[in-house]
Amino acid sequence: MDTRQVCTFLVDDLLLGVETNQVREVLRFQEITRVPLAPAAVTGLMNLRGEIVTVIDLRTRLELPRREDDRPPMNVVTRIGDATVSLLVDEIGDVIEVTKDLYEPAPEHLSGVARELIQGTYKLEERLLLMLDVEKTVELDKPASFTAGVQTAQKSTLPETSLQ
Amino acid sequence: MTSEENSLEGMEEVILEFLVESAEGLDQMDNDLVALEAEPGNQELLANIFRTIHTIKGTCGFFGFSRLEKVSHVGENLLSRLRDGELALTPEIATALLNMVDAVREMLSKIEASNSDGEEAYAALVETLTRLKDQEATATGGDADAGPETDSAKEGSEGAEAAAVQNPRQDGARSKGNAPESPAEKRSDSESAASDDKSAGRGSLSVAESAIRVDVDVLDNLMNLVGELVLARNQILAYSLARQDPVFANACQRLNLITSELQQDVMKTRMQPISNIWNKFPRVVRDLSRTCGKQVRVEMEGKDTELDKSLIEAMKDPLTHLIRNAVDHGIEPPDTRLANGKPAEGRILLNAYHAGGQVIIEISDDGAGIDLDAVRKKATGMSLITSAQASQMHEGDLARLIFAPGMTTSKKVTNISGRGVGMDVVRANLEKIGGFIELDSVRGRGSTFRIQLPLTLAIVPALLVCSADERFAIPQGSILELIRLHPGNSEKGIETIQGVPVFRLRGKLLPLVYLNAELELDDAGRQADAMNIVVLQADQKKFGLIVDTVEDSTEIVVKPLSNVLKAIPVYAGATITGNGKVALILDVLGLAQRARLLSEHQERFLDVNATSAVLGEDDERQPLIITSGKDGGRIAIPVESVVRLEEFKRATLEQAGTRTVVQYRGKVLPLVNLTDLLQERRRKPRPMTSDGPDTADEIVHAIVYSIDGNPIGLVVDRILDILEHSKNMQGPPTRKGTLGTIVTQGQVTEVFDATSLQREFAAPRQRKRAASAGG
Repeated sequence: MDTRQVCTFLVDDLLLGVETNQVREVLRFQEITRVPLAPAAVTGLMNLRGEIVTVIDLRTRLELPRREDDRPPMNVVTRIGDATVSLLVDEIGDVIEVTKDLYEPAPEHLSGVARELIQGTYKLEERLLLMLDVEKTVELDKPASFTAGVQTAQKSTLPETSLQ
Repeated sequence: MTSEENSLEGMEEVILEFLVESAEGLDQMDNDLVALEAEPGNQELLANIFRTIHTIKGTCGFFGFSRLEKVSHVGENLLSRLRDGELALTPEIATALLNMVDAVREMLSKIEASNSDGEEAYAALVETLTRLKDQEATATGGDADAGPETDSAKEGSEGAEAAAVQNPRQDGARSKGNAPESPAEKRSDSESAASDDKSAGRGSLSVAESAIRVDVDVLDNLMNLVGELVLARNQILAYSLARQDPVFANACQRLNLITSELQQDVMKTRMQPISNIWNKFPRVVRDLSRTCGKQVRVEMEGKDTELDKSLIEAMKDPLTHLIRNAVDHGIEPPDTRLANGKPAEGRILLNAYHAGGQVIIEISDDGAGIDLDAVRKKATGMSLITSAQASQMHEGDLARLIFAPGMTTSKKVTNISGRGVGMDVVRANLEKIGGFIELDSVRGRGSTFRIQLPLTLAIVPALLVCSADERFAIPQGSILELIRLHPGNSEKGIETIQGVPVFRLRGKLLPLVYLNAELELDDAGRQADAMNIVVLQADQKKFGLIVDTVEDSTEIVVKPLSNVLKAIPVYAGATITGNGKVALILDVLGLAQRARLLSEHQERFLDVNATSAVLGEDDERQPLIITSGKDGGRIAIPVESVVRLEEFKRATLEQAGTRTVVQYRGKVLPLVNLTDLLQERRRKPRPMTSDGPDTADEIVHAIVYSIDGNPIGLVVDRILDILEHSKNMQGPPTRKGTLGTIVTQGQVTEVFDATSLQREFAAPRQRKRAASAGG
């Protein structure tokens, strides 16, 4: 039977999961350098043993209410291709194995952004596990105000078309 | 070991070696051929060329690349006749041989891609090479039996070479590293032996023994690791400073030294001589100049100047572009040159050297120089500048406009250059790698492009600054100077012109950017007690960046940002500082763009700076404040005697006797309306004070003069611009209080006579002083 290993974590009242092969490590909250002008969901940058990793707050990303309790959030460091991005979550859960027969597509009642970012669900005995699409989660819309600037920048740095 | 016993894997290894060596050989051959054209009798060059193609032919025959063998074979035959002095090198032969080099190169790349030399037989090329060999033989040799004679000669040479190539084969299979010389020693034919003696005499054998090939990936990885080490060292040093432990401090000191040395040595492994890219240029120039019908010679100085491999790669396209431009636009056709008293042959000089921790590369030509009239016409046509500006601009500034997007002065669009994209891209590409390009051009004498580059990209010196408790790194390369404004005094020197903060730096206006405001930091708008201005250079424009504090200067390792953040143009990357925290690296150009410093309104201020900077001591020109009165007339006020520009709310103006005054820095500043001062027949002065709530918030612009140490405010309706203009008047004075008229930005402008202010205020001030003393 097809099984997947899933790393689970809590954000607000949601039980979310990411396949373990996409998770590099789980860390306590680290000091984060803010990035002014960055999209709201980007909390900042952190130093992960010499590597600079972008930190995204899942609460902001999923448009959930802000974290209120005093406990610091946890880092779920994910790796997609070459990019390493850390997701801030409320609490780390267990690593569990799920079987395919429990899988269902994303439920209808999910609203807004969550619906785009949830790939599907596993009906666990006690609660519903929502599988997070990490790739989509770390893909943020660029702030509108930069698009113009970015385009000019790209235009002016195209050696292939003009230097032949 | 014979070829049959070679495993496939072994073969691939050998083929790979063959490809690498052949590529190097072909590059050399390009140069040698071009050099040979200039110096047809040089036997050494000929021998070099011959040997290269000979080795390629032999080795590819061994691998069974028959088409490649065929092409190189006919080329070799032609070359052997040249070498034997039976033929003279003509441009036609040189072109055919260069074409052969291209064909061989093409086939080699096919071999690299598909392990086969392709389907293309290069029949036309083979035919040309054969024809050249045979035809010229009859012409020069004058032998009646040319046909059979050449045939037998071919046979003969083939036989001789068959013997010669045996050795390279075996050596090739054994060890390619030192192959070029060893087979040669065993060669029996005298020509080869003679030519090889020369190469052995150059001592290249020892080079082969003392050098090894290393995969670039390994070096890149090493560089990354050293980068990490530098960061770790910075962290440890910061920690050791906080602790008063002499033993630990000693160890740290050693760590510091060793890391620096290691960093330098690892950087050295990535260094390559600039000749790696330059070597392609003689060929490029030769081909281009033939297409354009020009005669151009390339000279190089400082070929051995080394710079980082990544920079070499990045420099390739911009340099090629500049060289092409020099041939296509710079050097004139031979007849024009002769008519102008220059030698028919143009000269392009490439020069490279190290200076002040940077690499300088210069590309000069002795051609026509930049056609400033064409630049002027084009720039005004594109509305980059107004025609009035164009007429005032200094030549250097005008020439520099060629770096603006869309500028080309070529009359016709050729397939080489002149398509309107180019210099701006060159500049952008250079700036992307931390470089900087300048231009000197003298009409009729030629142009020189000077490129400044950092030695390496991976580790750069940077200044750490703080704004709103956030730390940022600014690459030292773009920092011109630091200015500290002391607490309490910080307001002094910062003025606002039309909402733009500017700082008066040695008589020049420097536009200012508040970092906290630009980055929308929490305390944007808060006025710090002390301010630091970091004067930056972006795109040949100067501006001041206001930060809270300036910390130390340190070496940082530039790390790229993730894709999401790359979209933000104000950051060039991030780095880890000594305390282990992440700091963002500011992109000076991006910051200037975001602050809209490089566009419209504010750019004109910057132009003033650029112009006056170039003018230096030139006293022929002066900066002028252009104002407009209620009637729309333009009045220029010389900046010379101006102390400050101020803005007051109309509600703050008070009436004191006959004068309107305002409280200003603990003094009473008398105000006078510029238009009142200039009235031909003095009418009743217009009231300046607020006459109701509607006008209370209006802003009054005052130009503050100092007369006998006391400030006088000259009130103007609107400040339009600040620009430079010749001190010479273009028209007579129109009324009292003016010096004359000039044309600025296409409109007639009266120039205000500042001494009239002095006359006006000499007596009344006495009166007012008495009045204020009494009250």
